[in-house]
Order: sequence, then structure tokens, then C-alpha cells
Amino acid sequence: MDDFVLRAFAAGLGAAAAAGPLGAFVVWGRMAYFGEALAHSAILGVALGLAVGLDPTWPVLIVAAAVALLLSALQESRGLATDTLLGIVAQGTLALGLVVLAFLRNVRVDLLGYLFGDVLAVTPEDIVFIWGAAVLAIAVLMRIWRPLLSTLVHAELAQVEGVAVARVRVTFMLLIALLVAIALKIVGLLPITALLIIPAATARAFARTPERMALIAAGIGALSVVFGLWGSLVWDTPSGPSIVVAALAAFLAVRIMFVRWR
Amino acid sequence: MAELLLAADGVSVDFDGRVALSNVSLTVHRGEIVSLIGPNGAGKTTLVRVVLGLLQPSTGRVATLPGLRIGYMPQFMPIDEILPMTAARFLALSGVSDEVRIAKALADVGTDHLAGAQLRDLSGGELRRVILARALLREPDLLVLDEPVQGVDVGGQAELYGLITRLRDQTGCGVLMVSHDLHIVMAETDKVVCMNHHVCCTGHPEAVSRMPEYLALFGPAAAQHLALYAHGHDHRHDQHGDVVPLKSGRPMDGHG
Repeated sequence: MDDFVLRAFAAGLGAAAAAGPLGAFVVWGRMAYFGEALAHSAILGVALGLAVGLDPTWPVLIVAAAVALLLSALQESRGLATDTLLGIVAQGTLALGLVVLAFLRNVRVDLLGYLFGDVLAVTPEDIVFIWGAAVLAIAVLMRIWRPLLSTLVHAELAQVEGVAVARVRVTFMLLIALLVAIALKIVGLLPITALLIIPAATARAFARTPERMALIAAGIGALSVVFGLWGSLVWDTPSGPSIVVAALAAFLAVRIMFVRWR
Repeated sequence: MAELLLAADGVSVDFDGRVALSNVSLTVHRGEIVSLIGPNGAGKTTLVRVVLGLLQPSTGRVATLPGLRIGYMPQFMPIDEILPMTAARFLALSGVSDEVRIAKALADVGTDHLAGAQLRDLSGGELRRVILARALLREPDLLVLDEPVQGVDVGGQAELYGLITRLRDQTGCGVLMVSHDLHIVMAETDKVVCMNHHVCCTGHPEAVSRMPEYLALFGPAAAQHLALYAHGHDHRHDQHGDVVPLKSGRPMDGHG
């Protein structure tokens, strides 16, 4: 097998390992649109990175983290419904990023690669970053597991019981920003939300505890990565959407079988 | 008088110039059941949020006994289908993971058989009891219950209020309870605080029920309810709806 294929699988599996548990919390907390907004904002990070001649991973992480902090600050203030706010941030940062890219006339940009993932784009340094960041994300998530779950079920009750609700929420939002940087090259920016929510939603059918659901979601995500990347290599399709199609197939298969059992 | 657990003094809250609470004062002592009643939008839940420290009052202050442990039962508990969660696990979310204590709290509210049940499969009354068990798990000095019988049928409501009174008797905790159903609340309460943004009147249930402020707020129909209540009950209904005679009941001459 060629090196770039191995790198693609390593990157995809790292992304799936982190996306499984994080995605479970995203669906429990109804935060799919929040993930979407961070993913869209990352294109601004790509543009700024290219403008100063850097690999986009770190600029994407910084922009996504800044947007996560901005969103958590804005959500406190009233006047705009959350979905309106998220829509403005997602579309606004995406448009800004595309306009900045248009100004970079000397830079040849594989825009589609960043939007939909590119199996050829992953470098050995990326693998180190992806797995380091994935381990960090999972470790932090395990530390805030109980307070975060309690916050998502009922924030005020959690606060009365002594949870630092605001801090836990911001920490989780920063973890999602980290995942955007993890998934950037192999999944691409636009399908990131799908990698978060589809495996988690599929895992629900098999789980009676939150922990099992998170674990099974990581497993389903990993299978989706393996089959999706394989399809991507065989049929020369973009890697991100191929992974999402594989996840979607698993979701539909489980749904159909589950309905038949009942 | 028993130990003072909580004293709100001159609490006012306004949201963008709209007055939600105006100069509200309130005390809860150990072993005392205090009921907040008032129409929808009267600021009852706002007052609860101030008492819990979730909302800073614009003026006034809330003083609590140092080290006061509060058990809180919120009005709504949205449980999504997407979240797998048993009753026992829901209790462990409080941070108390000791299985023996969780089993005891569930048993205290009569739901020990539901420990392994998924929350979304519970009836309205069962879910309210499980939420109450989570509040008890913290061995609270003060229980703060926001509409504790929300979504429970009428028979179950009396059962649940009876349970709250028994828990007060067993643990000696104070109870601050929000309600808008007057009839049953009055029967199980030591002190009623009747409010509509400000405190209209306060006192023992029977005294409050004759006060003009109370009648102005709830109308003559409420007074009639109370009159029926004053006839007394010679029996109660258990969870299955069967009649259970009281030990020393007077003859029934009103509604049971």
C-alpha cells in the first residue's frame, strides 16, 4: 500500500476516535448547528493561513477557537435567537474566508480539498498533530464528562449542584474547535458536522448508557472512515463526502433493521 | 422557632425595565413548608432563581445559613430520546455516585423498582419522583421545588404532596415550594406566600384564605375551594385510586 494511503487511514481514524464521543455530546446538547458554524468559520482560518504562508492547521484551530469563544459570549446576550446568531457567524465567516482567498492571486489554492477533504494532503506531521490532538480532546472530555452531561441535561440544576456551568460549556466548545482542526485535511470542513452527528445517531440504537453510545459512535465513525476512504481511492471520489456516505449507509441500515425488529 | 435556613430581604428584579419582583421578603425555617402561590407570570420562578443564586437581584439580598445544602427540583426536565439514561444514572449526574445512597434515595420516593428504567419510559408522576430523589440525594437542609406536581394527574398530585410532607417529617428539612394549584397545596403547607410581583399576603393557609388580597388575586372561586377543603377529609386515595381511610377522620360532608 502506498504511504499516502496509510497516512489517509491514520488521519481518518484519529478524526473518528475524537468525533465519536464529541458527537454524542453534540447530539445530546442539540449543538449540531454550533458545530456547523465552527466548521464554516474554519475556511477563514485556511485563507488567513495561506495569506501569511502557513500550513492551515494552526490558523484554522485559532480561528475556530476564537469563534467558539465569541459565540459563547454572544449567546449570553439576548436579542437574537441562537440559530440566527449561528447562521450569521457561519455564513459571515465562510464568505469572509472566500473573499480573502480571492485576493490571494499568487497562491494556487486547492479550495475543494479543504472543503471536502483530500487523501493526498495528509503529511506525516499532520498525523502527529491529529493523534496528539485527538488524545488531548478525549482526555479533556473524560475530565469534564459528568459535569458536561449534567449541564446538557439541565444547566440550572447542574449549577445548583455546584457545576461551573459556563466553564464546562466553553471547554466543550473549544474541544469542537479542536476537532475542526483535526478533521480539516482528511474529512474537509463542510462534512465535519456529519462525522459528528451521524455515527452518534446510529449508535443510539445499541446503547443503554451514555458511555456505550459514545464508544459505539467512535466505532461506527472508524468503520465509516475505513469504507469511505476505500471507496474514495477506488472510485476517485472526494474523501470527506465518501466517509459521510459510508456513515449514512450505516445509519440507514441500522434504522431499517431496528424498525423491522420492533 | 426552628433554625432560620434562608431569608430573602427586599429582593427586586427587573428585566430591561420590566419589574419581575418588587421588594419581596421571605423566610424559610428548618422543618417548615413554605408555598409560593400566585398566577402565571407572577414572578414565582424568578424568585426561586434568586434564592438558588442563579440570578442576581437588582436590589435586596438573600442570606442563607452557612454551608446550607439545597436540593432543587426544576419545573421542567426535558429528556431527549437521543440520550440513553436510566433513573439511577440520572441521580449519579448530581455528582453523588455511591450506589447505596442512590438506591436509598429512589426507595425514599417509592421508585426503587425503576432504577434501571430509561427516563423517557417513565410516566409524568414517576419522572417527578425520580427528579425529587435526585434532590434528596444531596441530603439537603432545604428543598426548593418548582411546581413539583407538573404533569401529574390529580390523584397523583395529592400523593406527591403527601410524600413531600412525609420527607419533611423524616429529614426535618425546610421546603420552599412553588405552585399554582391552590387546593391541595394549602392542605400540606405551614406558610403561604401569595405573590404577584410583590408579596400580596403571607401567613397560615387558613388565615391567608380569608385575606382580601388573596381573594382579589384568585377570586371567589378560590375561596370556595378553600371552604371545601376546610370541611376536612375522611379518606385519601393511594396511587391506584383506592380509598384509604384516615386514622381519625371526621364524617365526610364535602368533597373527599
